Amino acid sequence: MTMVQDDLSDEAPDEFPVRRIKFSINGRKKLAEVEPRLLLADLIRRGVGLTGTHRGCDTTNCGACTVLVDGRAIKSCTMLAVQVDGREVTTVEGLATASELHPIQEGFKQEHGLQCGFCTPGMMLAAKELLDRNPNPTEEDVRWAISGNLCRCTGYQNIVKSVLWAAAKLRAEG
Amino acid sequence: MTTTADASRALDEIKIGGLGSSRKRVEDDRFIRGKGNYTDDVVLPGMLHMEILRSPLPHARIKSIDASRAWALPGVRLVLTGEMMATRNLAWMPTLSYDTQAVLATDKVRFQGQEVACVIADDPYIAKDACELIDVDYEPLPVIVNPWQGLEPDAPVIRDDKVNQTDNVVYNWEVGDRAGTDRAFERADVVSKLELHYPRSHPSPIECCGSVADFNRATSKLTVYMTTQAPHIIRAAVAMVAEIPEQMIRIISPDIGGGFGNKVPIYPGYVCSILASILLERPVKWIEDKTGNLISTGFARDVYLKGEMALRRDGKILGFRMHTDADHGAFFADAQPSKFKIGLMHSTFAAYDVPVAHLTARGVYTNKAPGGVAYRCSFRVTEAMFFQERMMQAAADDLGMDQAAFRRMNFVADDDFPHRTPLGFLTDSGQYAKCLDVGLKAIDYENFKVEQAEARKRGRLLGLGISTMTEPLGAGNSREYDILGIKMFDSAELKVHMTGKAILRTGAKTQGQGHETTWAQIIAHELGLPADDVTVEEGDTDTAPFGMGTYASRSTPVAGAAVAMVARKIRAKARKLAAHLLEVSEEDIEWELGRFYVRSAPQRGVSIQECAMAAYSNMPDGMEPGLENTAYYDPPNLTWPFAVYIVTVEVDPETGVWDVLKMVAVDDCGVRINPMIVEGQIMGGLTEAYAMASMQFITFDADGNCVGSNYMDYLLPSAWETPGFELHSEVVTPCPHHPIGAKGIGECAAVGGPAAFVNAVMDALGETGVRNIDMPVLPDRVWEALTYRRDVSGFPPVRQD
Amino acid sequence: MFPSRFRYEAPHSLDEAIGLLHDGGDYVKVLAGGQSLVPMMKLRFASPEMIVDINNLPGLAYHRTDPDGSLRIGALCRHADLERSDLLKGAQPTMAAAAPLVADPLVRNRGTLVGSLCHADPQGDWASVMLALGGSVIAQGPAGKRAIPLAEFVTGPFQNVLEHDEIAVEAVVPAARGVRSGGYLKLERRVGDFATVGVAVAIETSGTTVVRAGIALTGVGGSTIGATEAAQALTGKPLTADGIAEAAELAAAAAQPRTDHRGTAEYKRQLVRVFVKRILAGSQGAAATGEPAERAA
Repeated sequence: MTMVQDDLSDEAPDEFPVRRIKFSINGRKKLAEVEPRLLLADLIRRGVGLTGTHRGCDTTNCGACTVLVDGRAIKSCTMLAVQVDGREVTTVEGLATASELHPIQEGFKQEHGLQCGFCTPGMMLAAKELLDRNPNPTEEDVRWAISGNLCRCTGYQNIVKSVLWAAAKLRAEG
Repeated sequence: MTTTADASRALDEIKIGGLGSSRKRVEDDRFIRGKGNYTDDVVLPGMLHMEILRSPLPHARIKSIDASRAWALPGVRLVLTGEMMATRNLAWMPTLSYDTQAVLATDKVRFQGQEVACVIADDPYIAKDACELIDVDYEPLPVIVNPWQGLEPDAPVIRDDKVNQTDNVVYNWEVGDRAGTDRAFERADVVSKLELHYPRSHPSPIECCGSVADFNRATSKLTVYMTTQAPHIIRAAVAMVAEIPEQMIRIISPDIGGGFGNKVPIYPGYVCSILASILLERPVKWIEDKTGNLISTGFARDVYLKGEMALRRDGKILGFRMHTDADHGAFFADAQPSKFKIGLMHSTFAAYDVPVAHLTARGVYTNKAPGGVAYRCSFRVTEAMFFQERMMQAAADDLGMDQAAFRRMNFVADDDFPHRTPLGFLTDSGQYAKCLDVGLKAIDYENFKVEQAEARKRGRLLGLGISTMTEPLGAGNSREYDILGIKMFDSAELKVHMTGKAILRTGAKTQGQGHETTWAQIIAHELGLPADDVTVEEGDTDTAPFGMGTYASRSTPVAGAAVAMVARKIRAKARKLAAHLLEVSEEDIEWELGRFYVRSAPQRGVSIQECAMAAYSNMPDGMEPGLENTAYYDPPNLTWPFAVYIVTVEVDPETGVWDVLKMVAVDDCGVRINPMIVEGQIMGGLTEAYAMASMQFITFDADGNCVGSNYMDYLLPSAWETPGFELHSEVVTPCPHHPIGAKGIGECAAVGGPAAFVNAVMDALGETGVRNIDMPVLPDRVWEALTYRRDVSGFPPVRQD
Repeated sequence: MFPSRFRYEAPHSLDEAIGLLHDGGDYVKVLAGGQSLVPMMKLRFASPEMIVDINNLPGLAYHRTDPDGSLRIGALCRHADLERSDLLKGAQPTMAAAAPLVADPLVRNRGTLVGSLCHADPQGDWASVMLALGGSVIAQGPAGKRAIPLAEFVTGPFQNVLEHDEIAVEAVVPAARGVRSGGYLKLERRVGDFATVGVAVAIETSGTTVVRAGIALTGVGGSTIGATEAAQALTGKPLTADGIAEAAELAAAAAQPRTDHRGTAEYKRQLVRVFVKRILAGSQGAAATGEPAERAA
């Protein structure tokens, strides 16, 4: 597949060269050439074309951009794309398998853990990191784990219930 | 003879997802997969990116703008300034309140963050770089950060662009019976007074505003994807401003990441992106950043109250007066019904049986963003109910009466509906005292009072706050309500296909309220079609019937009613088809859920699906084929849900920090279409109430700098601070004039909630004599009130060393 | 929202990193967690010409107690590692109390303690903790390593004494001379908010006598404030209610708060007073039993 773009080489200075990076996203290996200043969130949304990761604020507060890098939940708006060179990125699109939703996704639907859906991908990935580490969290543990993800619609109560539902299902599945 | 019961084959309404079913949400399927389609997810071939340059100064003359360095940056396609817009008569645009608003500043900037220029480039990063290369020469002017500064005799006139504007007053307005109210005050045993400020807040959905404008020169059609809660209003406005015929404009509101009123107004960014697309003949995407959203888009509240209540010694309210001063920012751009300058502020005290009242209101221009009416409220009803419950709290204290008893004795009685309020509203129904009983029991009221007294002896400050209110939803009837002259009806179009599956489109626009799930439930209720068989679409003006959108909790009362009405039109036609299929006359046909049958032979019947098939294949002579219809609903009146919110708190006297011990909500919103979704709406509203009461506000320093233009300063509570909520739904008083008895719920908790939290903290401070701490009731304000035994106000400018 | 352009290097050895800083030019920044630097770059408050990303340097993600009893925290040790550390629970009460209060859980997964010290934000939590503990920063440059006590490390808001070609590789907390107690209290209006006021108290007792005390204040001055008089007033005697009250007053007097949208100067002083008292009251309990104090929250 060939990518075509405008040739600005006559106009654009070459003092800030692009970098070639290799990374994997949701299990697929990718190659990219990026400006160092490109934010990871933009690599995911505009480069790879996965728009489930959202941009909400400009001060690293809201967490709508949360993804997992090497299994750790981080805010992708505050990481440079070049920093995932050699790393594994998981976005919301990587939660489900071809045939099944992840229990966390099921939990959010069962317990009405979303309304507008904008904060939801970030919430689910923060929850995933929690459940990977602590399969039997208390309500307090859940509230603490998602305290870096803001929601305006739900009041959080059903989000907590959704995560606890998922925890119970994951424990039952062994 | 068989009884109807024996032969009944009515469907189980809950099983098919009808009214009262907590059906799981249809929209979830795409959101949990990350497959929502929000405006920033829209990518069109050849799309360019727009960034706005904003003014760093709150009030300044523009001496010159030099964009030459921006034009020279590789990848920049267009730079727009106010001067360029003016040549096309687009530098100013009309607002929804019959004022004008700058699109890009020409002569002056009038608030910090105002749009001055915009750059369209190949990539958003380049567009941002180019904005930094635009040189603007400003000449600073004196700044106005509150209405009192604006009303000083020597204050600079902010709107010197308006021909007859000699001061900073936007309007004066009044309603009620001045003479009668004066007489009530003369007769009063006790007069209770309260002054406070409801601070500037911002709806701040997580998703910012944005648009992707796509003008196709080949077809002359303009398509705009945008974050709007009211796509048809936008189409009408764009048609006016851009002078393009309406059928050549397609507004598509895709998935919206929260609205809360922030996505109703028309913003300069939309207009610039549309013009840029027309000029460049390529799609142009504009997505604002959070700072742009907080500093320049439709804010909420910022109203000052002077309230007085005339009271009889036994606690009966004889009358009340209110004067409100609204800080409107630099342009009067409220999206509200045109007849009401102060929105529905005069719905205040509607829950109480008050014989007479008088309200005066004034609006003032200041150097701040335009707006005022947004944020999960019907047009200033949040202010109305907050003022009401804060005044009620003060009045009960002044009388030495119990807070619950004082409210109860003044409630409108259950048999007194419809009830005319002293300021001109007609409330429809309610069981107020019963709701209060439920709430008091749930919070264990009597026990709490005992606990509170015991704790006080040990130096611990516990407090309990009550807020009770009824508020108007579902604006509104065409006699009184219009926006820009367009009446506020709403619409639903239903097409039942031959296999009995259906598609429903309405003029509303969901932003998380779950319309795709709930409207289908109304169809299931009216027609017996399983909700799963009904697809719901909203938001595309090419396909949706004309409606005024979703805000002010108007969807269930108005669009929901239209959904019921169109279903009934369909059912009426299906009845004729059934008669034809059953070979009887229509008078012999009865209906049960999902089925028409012969009254005298109930086992003979046809399903609604069979009628649908017949509409295309077996019509009676003279009947038009098809089973489709549209309904436009002009609500006969507003709807009036009622709520009781009770909060208990503990205040740490050494630090001023307060924690919520328990929060109880009793909501009577009539018939609940989907109880799960209704509860979700209440909890969302309570969170916003908690946020406004505890930490969330926008303020300004003495130089006009906005404090609260990003999430470091504009504080939204996380899951850690937000309390849990106990919700009650025992009391259901159907709306007498709504087709399915529903009243709506979206904003109730945001309207009634804040006063419950504030009243609780005031109660905890009860022994200090403090009457008011302005929201947000921050720890430092509580500490100051406690330590110095004085009221604490919070209006700008913020104190600084 | 987006940083301006810069050159970027991601070295794989410390020597390479130091070399890049040495030759890099006027405005080069080291990137570790990036949770303070990247936001500043996005708002264009910082526009370095070159970024040297040290995340690939091996062997810096540790935190451990050395045989001599000192606690050593490597440059790539994340706040979250400290928050979840069994090593800190019990043995390092001041640090254990502060770790969960830094920013929010997602930021804690990337941000580093050493990076936070270098960033020198007057509202940074770790600087107060390390100052109260008498900690130091180990810097490495072309000429080798040097240890810089915290008290000397920061010279003003966002300014530290590192040479342009030095990298902070480690933070060190000296071995205790007695049983540790203390804590960190912070008034934040919500998780992730900068501190209105933060107070770090680190006490070491031998028997009932305080043999070492440190008190440091966040958010009440142009940079972290060491309340040295208050700490000295506690040293050499048991903790008593009167002694605690005196230390609280001295700490409040050492603060240099400004009135702003977080509160008046007087209120902030009050918080200093209250937090010092509360932490020390918890320590008092610990000193009496000889057991390390629970997190004083």
